Amino acid sequence: MEENPSARFPEREIVFRARGVNKVYHVGEVDVHALRGVDLDLRAGEFLVLLGPSGSGKSTLLNILGGLDVPTSGKVSYLDHELTAFDDAALTRFRREHVGFVFQFYNLIPSLTARENVALITEIARDPMDPREALRLVGLADRMDHFPSQLSGGEQQRIAIARAIAKRPDVLLCDEPTGALDVHTGVVVLEAIERINRELRTTTAVITHNSVIGNMADRVVHLSDGRVTHVAENGRKATASELIW
Amino acid sequence: MRALNRKAIRDLWHIRGQAFAIVLVMSSGVGTFVMSLNTLHSLRLSRETYYERYRFADIFSRVKRAPLSLAPRVAALPGVARAQPRIVVDVTLDVPGMAEPAIGRLISIPPYRVPILNDLHLRRGRWIDPHRPGEVLVSEAFATSHQLRMGDSVSAVINGRRQRLTVVGVALSPEYIIQIHGANLLPDDRRFGVFWMGYDQLAAAFDMDGAFNDITLTLVPSANGRAVMDRLDELLKPYGSRGASDREEHVSHRYISDEIRQLRSMGLIAPTIFFSVAVFLLNVVLTRLVSVQREQVAALKAFGYTRLQIGLHYLKMVVLIAVCGAVLGTVTGSFLGRSLTHIYTRFYRFPVFGFEWSAPVMATALAVSLLAAVAGTLAAVRRAVRLPPAEAMRPEPPAVYRPSVLDRSRLSGLLPQAARMIVRELERKPIKAAMSCLGIALAIAILILGSFTLDSINHIIDFQFHLSQRQDLIVSFVEPQTGRAVHELTHLPGVVRAEPIRSAPTRFHFGHRTRRVGVLGIRPDGRLYRLLNANQKLVPLPRDGLLLSSKLAELLDVRPGELVTVEVLEGEQPVRQVPVAALITEYGGTNAYMDERALHRLLREGNHLTGAFLSVEADRMDELYRALKKTPHVSGVTIKEASVRSFRDTIADNLGKIRFFNVMFATVIACGVVYNSARISLAERSRDLATLRVIGFTRAEISAILLGELAVLTLAAIPVGLVMGYLFAAWAVLGLDTEVYRIPLIIGRSTYGFAVAVVLVAAAVSGLIVRQRLDHLDLIAVLKTRE
Repeated sequence: MEENPSARFPEREIVFRARGVNKVYHVGEVDVHALRGVDLDLRAGEFLVLLGPSGSGKSTLLNILGGLDVPTSGKVSYLDHELTAFDDAALTRFRREHVGFVFQFYNLIPSLTARENVALITEIARDPMDPREALRLVGLADRMDHFPSQLSGGEQQRIAIARAIAKRPDVLLCDEPTGALDVHTGVVVLEAIERINRELRTTTAVITHNSVIGNMADRVVHLSDGRVTHVAENGRKATASELIW
Repeated sequence: MRALNRKAIRDLWHIRGQAFAIVLVMSSGVGTFVMSLNTLHSLRLSRETYYERYRFADIFSRVKRAPLSLAPRVAALPGVARAQPRIVVDVTLDVPGMAEPAIGRLISIPPYRVPILNDLHLRRGRWIDPHRPGEVLVSEAFATSHQLRMGDSVSAVINGRRQRLTVVGVALSPEYIIQIHGANLLPDDRRFGVFWMGYDQLAAAFDMDGAFNDITLTLVPSANGRAVMDRLDELLKPYGSRGASDREEHVSHRYISDEIRQLRSMGLIAPTIFFSVAVFLLNVVLTRLVSVQREQVAALKAFGYTRLQIGLHYLKMVVLIAVCGAVLGTVTGSFLGRSLTHIYTRFYRFPVFGFEWSAPVMATALAVSLLAAVAGTLAAVRRAVRLPPAEAMRPEPPAVYRPSVLDRSRLSGLLPQAARMIVRELERKPIKAAMSCLGIALAIAILILGSFTLDSINHIIDFQFHLSQRQDLIVSFVEPQTGRAVHELTHLPGVVRAEPIRSAPTRFHFGHRTRRVGVLGIRPDGRLYRLLNANQKLVPLPRDGLLLSSKLAELLDVRPGELVTVEVLEGEQPVRQVPVAALITEYGGTNAYMDERALHRLLREGNHLTGAFLSVEADRMDELYRALKKTPHVSGVTIKEASVRSFRDTIADNLGKIRFFNVMFATVIACGVVYNSARISLAERSRDLATLRVIGFTRAEISAILLGELAVLTLAAIPVGLVMGYLFAAWAVLGLDTEVYRIPLIIGRSTYGFAVAVVLVAAAVSGLIVRQRLDHLDLIAVLKTRE
């Protein structure tokens, strides 16, 4: 059940609209029902947190919103594009032009330096930032020429964030960005994401199982066993540095 | 796409060991291709140039005797560009320093140097002086063989008289690039030489003033050779013509053509094998690479890289490897080709050396490499880039294992854990295991292919020269003699037995097929020349029919019981229908045999004999040679022992070279396949193996698991390789089947053993290298990685 999504930001348009989304996938010999009839809206510029225990379907939902995966049934649209009607080529174009991803395990290319990892994305973007600019935004301009193996987990994740935003995406989707990091480093990463959401006004969705992180969001969507259990609005958004877990 | 290209290069560097192994295999393929075909091209070019510059004739004909005034009429025949009459005679030679007699072919040349057909290239010395008696030019092969210098002399028995021939020059002729006498298979430069002598002197010695017994022609470009030959035969019939022949029936020309044909085969078979192995390896390596980079692929897709872009990224790596292999192979192949052409040029004594890089060959090599590489890996790359990104980012589910065949059997309790792990792993990816096994088997097969010819050659020598031909010498007469002459031979020193021979030049016709055949009439009760079938059983000579070598029967498409039209090419030139009684096995030439008396009846003659088989006491050979040199009616002596030796020398030499290359190639393939399998296995299993080490397994125990898998594959490959080797050899035997000679399929045990040994060593060495890496496994680092 969800509250009136237009309550907080009635003037902000709806960027993502998901209706009746189901997803079943096969792992080896087992079938997994990841999502069961999910409805969700995302508004322009908002900071959304998807909260839930492992196996609740958060990553699946994020992947579907980002066009990385297709639902088994249901409809998803981005602005006036119906993503569920897109073929692979169209989804690829969609991701290229509109979406930036940050993954739990960074997924950097190990054989490229930090700058090259960011350049990988800027080279195919329409209106990118300079890779150095993006790295500066996350505070790692001085580590541009290091390889991932020479960087700590937190630094790698920040490179990943720089990579995601270098193309100036409309939407930033982060899947457990602090999952592999200690508290202090996690906060640094969240600060970077927060800054981007604030300064670039990028619509941001962050997945986590850590409820404390929900405090820095505009809205928190609770997921359990493939369903949205409830949506909460935060009266006051905490800053990343205020979070303690 | 610059960042992506950098990734490609760095990723390739990361797997440089495996990539290098593949480059080596591929370059071996390209190398053999380029070497063989460049040499082929150059050889053809050299020969063509030689023929053209020195006016090698197109048509050849022999007569008994015709007046020189006939020559212009020959030249006037339609289609004839030029005609050259001459005198050609075979004589016995007494060469200083050699006990046995040699055979010399004397050919007449004009007194002064003018352009003639089958012109001579003067290597050393000068042209003959018509005013000085006995001056000759000698063929370089013979001169080198006997270290003849200008001014040296050789005695020839000419019409019963000894005549001294003085060497004033050493020459080469396109007509005698290879000097093979009579029905021999191989050249014997020591015992057969070609000499050129002034027409007048030669004519005087053989009572041929104003006459010729040999004529050669060149054709105008548009001429129909067959038609010209027919007209020539018509014209020369009254003069005892034996039927004209063209270049295809010319011994020297055909010898080289066969060699060229074999080069072509080598240039196609070996590379095909190498390319197949290289493509297989590429496939394995790339599949592995893409699988490991699953998540990177997913990230790229997440950020909007299309399937095409990602696919091309991986194909670029494949192309880079292929290009490196092609370039390395082309460079090596070109140099080797140049050396090989040199070797051939020296062997054939071409006065012109034309090595030419054939651009189409190089281009084809590159194109095929790229095509093969891309085609072979396309499926793997497509599979990888097709994976939906979300799925690709999920960790790969644990590999599916099932109880193996071993577990289900009663043996399971008896075997150590390691063995069970090995079997399960092999069962899990049966296709990959099968392909690795096949690769190793291929290495074994190639080794067998390269070595078996020695076994076959030994069999041929045994069969042909010991079982079938029991004579020590074959003596040819200047003119047909009666039985008494043969009987007189038995009185020569050392001669134990003499059996008569009547050989006649004929043309066989069957259906629309026709062939020149030398028919040999021998005694049915003879002991010195036995005709055998494939089972080495004696085939008795029929009273009136023919025995054909099976190759001849194949060429004519005739079967025992059928009638062949035999057109005799000498004397009265009768034409008769003769039945084919049976087939015999022969590894050289295409001969037909008859009862000597039946042949006399066919030729409507009395007891005319052209030669004899002799068996001789071994320690009286030299004495006999001296006597034979003095015997006036003997024109030539063929010594079996010498034939065997020259056969062995020539063939054994070639085989040695081929074997060397084959061992090298097979080793490259075996090492390439084993090393790659090992490295990939290591990468895939490091985590599991490291876990075992942490638990407490020793280095030796985990080595056993990893290398045990390889050992099983190698051992399993052995029987497969032996069978494949047999099949390859059978295929090669078919390819080597020519009119001049063929090789039986005989493979000795030591050949099989050798093949297996080489591959086992290669596998062991690769295994050791991998073992080194295994010993230095960084346990902590490996356990930390997710894959």
